[in-house]
Amino acid sequence: MKESRKDIISMRDLSKEEILHILDTARYLEENPQAELMKGRVVSTLFFEPSTRTRLSFWSAAQRLGAQVLGFDSPDGTSAKKGESLTDTIRMASSYSDIIVMRHPNDGAARLASEVSKVPILNAGDGSNQHPSQTLLDLYTIQKKFGSLDGKKIAFVGDLKYGRTVHSLAKALTHFGAIMYFVAPESLQMPEYICDDLEKSGIEYYKVEDYREILDKIDIFYMTRIQRERFPDDEEYEKVKGIYIINKESIIGKCKEEMIILHPLPRVNEIDVDLDNTPHAMYFEQAANGVPTRQALLALSLGLVKKLGDE
Amino acid sequence: MELQITALKNGTVIDHLPSDKTIKIMDLLDLGNKEDKVTVAFNVDSKKDGKKGIIKISERKLSEKEMEKIGILAQGSTVNIIESYRVVEKKIIKLPKLLKDIVECPNAKCISNIENIRSKFELEENNKIRCSYCERTVAIEEAIIK
Repeated sequence: MKESRKDIISMRDLSKEEILHILDTARYLEENPQAELMKGRVVSTLFFEPSTRTRLSFWSAAQRLGAQVLGFDSPDGTSAKKGESLTDTIRMASSYSDIIVMRHPNDGAARLASEVSKVPILNAGDGSNQHPSQTLLDLYTIQKKFGSLDGKKIAFVGDLKYGRTVHSLAKALTHFGAIMYFVAPESLQMPEYICDDLEKSGIEYYKVEDYREILDKIDIFYMTRIQRERFPDDEEYEKVKGIYIINKESIIGKCKEEMIILHPLPRVNEIDVDLDNTPHAMYFEQAANGVPTRQALLALSLGLVKKLGDE
Repeated sequence: MELQITALKNGTVIDHLPSDKTIKIMDLLDLGNKEDKVTVAFNVDSKKDGKKGIIKISERKLSEKEMEKIGILAQGSTVNIIESYRVVEKKIIKLPKLLKDIVECPNAKCISNIENIRSKFELEENNKIRCSYCERTVAIEEAIIK
């Protein structure tokens, strides 16, 4: 992360120490609510693409810290629909607020926003590129469950090609010596540019098509939805939709007792509801962890708690 | 047979080009469409390179951006600036760590292809460059030069 600015754009920008510091801050804020920490501050939430959890949990995080929130949840009715450039929209929003949370359908949009904004930018998802706040709440959930992030065996399952959450999380876990299994059909496998990073970090990873081959080895089953909206055409989507569906029968007794199932949500049918009440299901707790994690990001980016990277 | 090329009074000599990329570099510098006086040679014997290409351009210096573009195709080639028949400056073509507005991002969904901005690529290991916006990597030899 750049010293002079506190944008959160990509997991590629964060060191291991900075990641751990964000998680420590999240834990501190969860255990010690700070209702006035952001009093008098305004948060803009600019969602050029739909979102439920990310937008609501950023709202909740901001309001629980005493901030006021403004913004939009779709580009309809905004100047973007009239053809305004992203850079103009960001310049305008950065003079109305103290920090901007942005989701955008184009890859790299958050980086561009950070170049023109006067206030910090928190990337809430840019196309199929990065989703750092999701990754940090995923890490927070894993750390809470296992006490440590080190040396975990994790299977990423489903849409690894277009899924920004898996791109972000795989990058982050390179700091923690994870062993990764990429479970996807060839057409949805992890992109080469992500694998390049893993190889550079000396990370052990395997590409497999059937999760049953590795189910008994893993600590974390990270399921993702096959995202219709990211496919160039419906025919490609039809070929792969529903390819991975898990339920009680396919999981219970076939995995480690302490294995957890995570999912960035929303799910469609890839995790059967019959798994919801098993000890493996952590996806709702994971979603709830979005609030303290995003509180930490807001507070750290605005310099309201100890600086990222400070001891 | 010995190669005969007229000596250049003032201008630029691009030397040690990979022979098979010499035409591409001419296109890149738009040399066929301008009024520059240009002399080109391919498959010239070279102790260092085996076969090499040479381009001589009269009365013209290359810009930094043009040299960066050459670097995409021909790192290690040399650019000699000639004044009054003498080499006054010699540069070895190297790619800078950050390529600004030289390469197009191959990712159609990259914001650099949507907004009216300059592309940016960082030089990576393994002969790849990475888009500073969408973070995709591209092999240098497959880069689409603007």
